[in-house]
Amino acid sequence: MELFDFYRKDRWPHVFCPGCGNGTVMNCFYRAFNDLGLSLDRTAFVGGIGCSSRIPLYINSDALHTTHGRAIAFATGLKLASPELKVVVFTGDGDLGAIGGNHFINGCRRNLDMTVICINNNIYGMTGGQASITTPHDFMSTTTPSGNKEYPFDLAEIAVAAGANYVARWTTRQVHELTKSIKTALQKKGFAFVEIVSQCPINFGRRNKMADPTQLLDWFKESSVRRDKARAAAVDHVDLNLAGQITVGEFVDRNRESYQELIGVVKHG
Amino acid sequence: MRAQPGEYFLQGNEACVEGAIVAGVRFFAGYPITPSTEIAEGLARRLTGTDGIFLQMEDEIACISAVIGASWGGAKSMTATSGPGFSLMQEAIGYAAMSETPIVIVNVMRGGPSTGQPTRASQGDVMQTKWGSHGDYQVIAFAPASVQEMFDLTVEAFNYAEKYRVPAFLLSDAEVGHMRGPLTIPDKIRIVNRKEKGVKRSDEAYDISDELVHPFPVFGRGNKTMITGMTHAEDSRIEPEDPGIHQELVKRLSEKVLVNRKDINKWDVMCPGSKTMVVSYGAASLGAMEVAAQDDRIGLLRLKTIWPFPEEPVAEIASQCDRMLVCEMNLGQLYGDIKRVALEAGCRKVELLSKIGGDPPTPNEVRHKLREMGAI
Repeated sequence: MELFDFYRKDRWPHVFCPGCGNGTVMNCFYRAFNDLGLSLDRTAFVGGIGCSSRIPLYINSDALHTTHGRAIAFATGLKLASPELKVVVFTGDGDLGAIGGNHFINGCRRNLDMTVICINNNIYGMTGGQASITTPHDFMSTTTPSGNKEYPFDLAEIAVAAGANYVARWTTRQVHELTKSIKTALQKKGFAFVEIVSQCPINFGRRNKMADPTQLLDWFKESSVRRDKARAAAVDHVDLNLAGQITVGEFVDRNRESYQELIGVVKHG
Repeated sequence: MRAQPGEYFLQGNEACVEGAIVAGVRFFAGYPITPSTEIAEGLARRLTGTDGIFLQMEDEIACISAVIGASWGGAKSMTATSGPGFSLMQEAIGYAAMSETPIVIVNVMRGGPSTGQPTRASQGDVMQTKWGSHGDYQVIAFAPASVQEMFDLTVEAFNYAEKYRVPAFLLSDAEVGHMRGPLTIPDKIRIVNRKEKGVKRSDEAYDISDELVHPFPVFGRGNKTMITGMTHAEDSRIEPEDPGIHQELVKRLSEKVLVNRKDINKWDVMCPGSKTMVVSYGAASLGAMEVAAQDDRIGLLRLKTIWPFPEEPVAEIASQCDRMLVCEMNLGQLYGDIKRVALEAGCRKVELLSKIGGDPPTPNEVRHKLREMGAI
């Protein structure tokens, strides 16, 4: 399948800013999906509200662009009503971790067959650069004019604790590892979660002395520490993310029974 | 499996469960809340082990979101709740209206605002049902007054949700939801299924023009459907900046319901032609039913459909009487619309008997008010 058989060319130009990391993720996702030989007619894409949540509308498949924060809940109903469909959610840090936090935690716990791709750009990009639940401590945003006083969430660790079967985190700098993890996630039974720390040069980088997307990518490279090499101390302090280090890698890969198996509806999309 | 035709003695909420099964519910998501919980418990028992899904979720927002998602998977879908949960659902109700998703929401009303009276009846959510989510849209809502109507109108809520691709409501209350009474399940029950894209059937839903209600593109059938809550063109292309596309879409969302009021509006009349008519619905009409049955000077117009507002039956009855008494278990939510239509139709006087606190107006309270009005 060519790139423009996968994406809807007639819906372009897209809404993403120059230098945005969404394009990298879309490219990696297309490669993973295509390499696996999956069918667009047997896959549904669900998004919430925000830049990353728009991605489903550019894919040449059934797409449910929903309300802010609730994509996983919508996807839960869709998947249970049509178990033969593969269901993929595209979401962002605000959509998933802030307004949708409850559905994220309970989605992991329920361990329903779905793949959730979270593009974490550490900011509310679409609304113009307000601090999010993953904005690093002391970083600038339009709503933290003297620096962010709060500390960020670690979305991948939450997913592990809440019970997801597969959890990985990469940045847009590690495209090969990311593509491989998306492939694993798409084949996994149960809830598979891939977090991608991504650059928002316009609304995050610009206010934090990294207006050039390559500065953000270099920073991702310098800060990334493979989870297997990360110090054990990493889980002991809350400032896990950009300000210190970005722990990347596969966080968990296990085979707890999926919700469908538990209720006896086993048709993996 | 649906209940066999026959005579039953059930609780109102239990009758709602049986109605949903007969209508073909295949997905229910719920969260415990008094006084609607028996519906979730009943459907948990009735759907488990079938091809239907019962799911208890983390909150009411998740429930209605999953219900909408399941509807796009082709399942007849429903949730049940009460005041606080209903408030949480409002944003997604607007999404269902905008995305034209057929779903059924049962609200067993209790006293509000806020936590209010969890175990007591109220009709405080009548206006919220109509105007609860932001923006302009129309919904369909039925108000049952008996165990039988909990069954019948649940089936109708599914039928009309499917036919018009709208969120449809069963607006019950703690009194009707918890009362026990006789239920007759007939042999033949009218069931309407949604008009599906690419499928031709001789179903009632296919009678409505495709321009007004577009055929429903079920996910997973190669339709490559884009569904969004944003302003969209007919091919679901997002067009949030185009005034013309917004006008066309939002006007159609209202029109498809309003122009079909004749099809949707249901009501009952006792003693038509009386000089004094009581207008009421749901549990609030119970006292007036007894008065109208005993006193031939008093008639009753009992509304079964309350949204879209039944202008025509109210106007017709109002044109034939001198006085109207509106009986509601809120501070007068439908009173304004009834008064407007009745006065325009030539009725001289329209008064309100409003009672809140949990008990429906008694026959004596209705008589007392009618005496004050000089009707008896």
